[in-house]
Amino acid sequence: MTKILTKHFDEPKLHELETYRRLDGYKGLDKALTMAPADVTAEVLKSNLRGLGGAGFPTGAKWGTVPPADKVPGPRYVVVNADESEPGCYKDRVLLTRAPHQLIEGLLIASHAIGAKESFIFVRGEYQNQYDIVEKALKEADAAGLTKTCSIKLMRGAGAYISGLDTALLETMEGKKAWPRQPPPFPTVAGLMAKPTVVNNVETLSMLPFILREGAEAFAKIGSPKNGGTVVFSVSGHVEKEGIYEVPMGSKLRDVLALAGGVRAGHKLKCVIPGGTSMPPLLEKDLDLALDFDAIRAAGTFLGAGGMIVLDETVDAVEVAHNIERFLTHESCGQCTPCREGSFWSEEILERILDGKGTADDMPNLTRVGENITGKVICALGDTVGVVTRAYMSKFPEDFKKRIPHGQAS
Amino acid sequence: MAKRVKFKLNGVELEADEGRLVIDAAKDAGVEIPHYCYHPALGNPGNCRMCVVEVAGAPKPLVSCRTGVREGMDVKSDSPAIKRAQASALELHLVNHPLDCPVCDQSGECGLQDYYMKIGKYQSQVREDKQHKGKRIEAGPHVMLDQERCILCTRCTRFVDDITKTHELGIFGRGHEERIEVTPGMTLDNAYSGNVVDICPVGALTDRDFRYKVRVWYLDKTDSVCPGCSRGCNISVHTNTIRPWHNDGKRVARLKPRLNPDVNGHWMCDDGRYGFGNLDADRLGRVLRLTPEKQDVSWETAADEIGKRFKNNITIVASGMLSNEDWASLKNVFPKAELYFSSEPDQVGEEDELLRKRDKVPNLKGAENLGLKSGTFDALAKDLESGKINNLYVIERDLAKIWGLERAKTLLAKAEFSVFQGPNKGPLGDSYHYRLPATAYVEEEGHFTNFNGVIQPYKKALDPIGSARPDWEIFGLLHMAMKGVPA
Repeated sequence: MTKILTKHFDEPKLHELETYRRLDGYKGLDKALTMAPADVTAEVLKSNLRGLGGAGFPTGAKWGTVPPADKVPGPRYVVVNADESEPGCYKDRVLLTRAPHQLIEGLLIASHAIGAKESFIFVRGEYQNQYDIVEKALKEADAAGLTKTCSIKLMRGAGAYISGLDTALLETMEGKKAWPRQPPPFPTVAGLMAKPTVVNNVETLSMLPFILREGAEAFAKIGSPKNGGTVVFSVSGHVEKEGIYEVPMGSKLRDVLALAGGVRAGHKLKCVIPGGTSMPPLLEKDLDLALDFDAIRAAGTFLGAGGMIVLDETVDAVEVAHNIERFLTHESCGQCTPCREGSFWSEEILERILDGKGTADDMPNLTRVGENITGKVICALGDTVGVVTRAYMSKFPEDFKKRIPHGQAS
Repeated sequence: MAKRVKFKLNGVELEADEGRLVIDAAKDAGVEIPHYCYHPALGNPGNCRMCVVEVAGAPKPLVSCRTGVREGMDVKSDSPAIKRAQASALELHLVNHPLDCPVCDQSGECGLQDYYMKIGKYQSQVREDKQHKGKRIEAGPHVMLDQERCILCTRCTRFVDDITKTHELGIFGRGHEERIEVTPGMTLDNAYSGNVVDICPVGALTDRDFRYKVRVWYLDKTDSVCPGCSRGCNISVHTNTIRPWHNDGKRVARLKPRLNPDVNGHWMCDDGRYGFGNLDADRLGRVLRLTPEKQDVSWETAADEIGKRFKNNITIVASGMLSNEDWASLKNVFPKAELYFSSEPDQVGEEDELLRKRDKVPNLKGAENLGLKSGTFDALAKDLESGKINNLYVIERDLAKIWGLERAKTLLAKAEFSVFQGPNKGPLGDSYHYRLPATAYVEEEGHFTNFNGVIQPYKKALDPIGSARPDWEIFGLLHMAMKGVPA
């Protein structure tokens, strides 16, 4: 299978500049620097590269919304979102560990495209090791004069899940409480310090060296329509071989599962969470689903950040829903009332059902509460709070009914 | 001028400035969209999610506090889906709210109660235990904090961050553990702290001066102007006369600021808000001749006797507490009088950039506009000492505050004839020849002219005590007596 990001992962010293350069490293940047910034953006737009942090927004289109320097003068920034914290996702951790220069090159290309003279890498607080590696790589890049066009600074989070959301991340960088901002304005218009800011995920930016080096067509050709290139899944759960797997966009769920050795021996598949715990699960019948942003969305869930969790028949859906809801309750920033109160309430109801004290109207009530949160809050975390429980209830109603002793739930 | 655009609200065609927030444009048209976090002076974080509306073409409900009006926009704030969304947002506000309305001081003017009756009226589905947080926290000298009742709309933290810039309150914790707290090492004691009680839509921040004194539904509200300084903040005087056995018989229960964008915006200072404390204490209600012995006399007798003396030269001590009507009457009745009404030295105080002004009386400008000039109190003291003052007429001013009690007594004794007139007796109240009861500002109506020249009416909230009359009316009585017109 075609690999872009993990192609050279067998090289033990890929994280060092010398090795990275030997393997065509920084050639994409060289190419980009010979092009006009607008042409770089056009190339990326043509490549069908989508934001791999979870939203799947076309990267070139996002850059295109940065106001031109003659209209809005002053600084503009690219911020790398390396605050990977969705449960089930660890592909950025591996990309940072193994190929930090790939990210730095991508970041420099993006900075050139939007005219940023200063850019940032915001690393999740818990990623101490990765922070050290990127810091070292950055020193190498500085020493080699690669950051002449744009200086790069490293920043660390303090451990809040919500900081992984672009606008909350910007608030954190400004030293404030990680409360997502309510757009508009979007960060590309008023982001960090109210300056135009592009926030891109590690994986997204890591794709850029290839796109610039090999051309947009080559990249687009690898994926499915409107979903260029590859996507890296971090597979975990009840599979034989957990790990990260890079596959072309639009690969079948069945094939990704096969790469991971399939469901552990002697067990049956119950469901697959495709993109991290915030995403509704897929069932056995969805195994032939093409994994790209659009196809998976049509199936009622999201590609997210590729944090694939495979669950077998030993798992109870109520426990799964409760576990996820407890996480979301803990990580809700508390800004919007529906999410702050609704997540806590949902968790408590689920806890009661787990304790065998559920009542007949708990399921309709959970559904109702969920509906009252999703789409009525500022950020995606709140949307998730309402979606997850409803998804598990609708896909595994028998697990819930089994636990509700008095009266059959409707 | 902003461009005017046409838009539809609930099917009704309206016009508004382009970009005006939908919530404001609706209010202009008389439609109140429920909201907690939005406050015109404190911005629109959009976190309470109460003000959602349906906008044709938008994939999901939008918060009307962050959505600007556009040409041809079709907004619905009363569709079944929106009503459901608003009711559910309210329900989620109440999941962990203690619902202790019977013992909550906000009861009767609470955003949660009001919206429950307006858009809620659902059967509660909550079977879970309520979450517990801090109660009865003394946030500062004037404000009590109850974290359980708080809905985290962040109005108060925005007030201390953006308006006073003093940052005594903050949001601590995360998610459902989140709560408003006093910043460690601080107390909420800035000069405007009482305003957080006004902007708090629920019973989380209550007024320590007012709580548990009177139920709000017993209060009558009268538009007035704060007499605490020359800013002339617009206020509402909340009086309790139907439950006189509450609140130790204090008739004025509290003062609240009233919106006037040109004068005070939404706010008032703590000095003004809590300065009414002794309004009913030490009051004068009797017309008295004090020498040779204390004796009640009628207004007519008093006017007659005083009028005879005042035909000769007269020295008047007054204060900026007088209304425009009082000043005009004073000027007409006593055109040749020597006047002393400067705010120096006893009626001045702290000034700041927000509201508070140095002159701690409301209406010096009214006198200035009539061309009245004040002498200095140093000069007056000299004249009194040298026995030059025959007739001294002191109106709404405490000489003890100017010169100190002992000196004031000595000086006052040097005046051949002296009359005091005012609402409060003060320490020198028995040292004059006559004492006339005047109404307090809440017992009369009139106008104050603020430092900026804005003329503002204040209305009568209470009946006068005893025989008290407004100053201008007393001047009129004296005028007739001086002209020999029988009363």
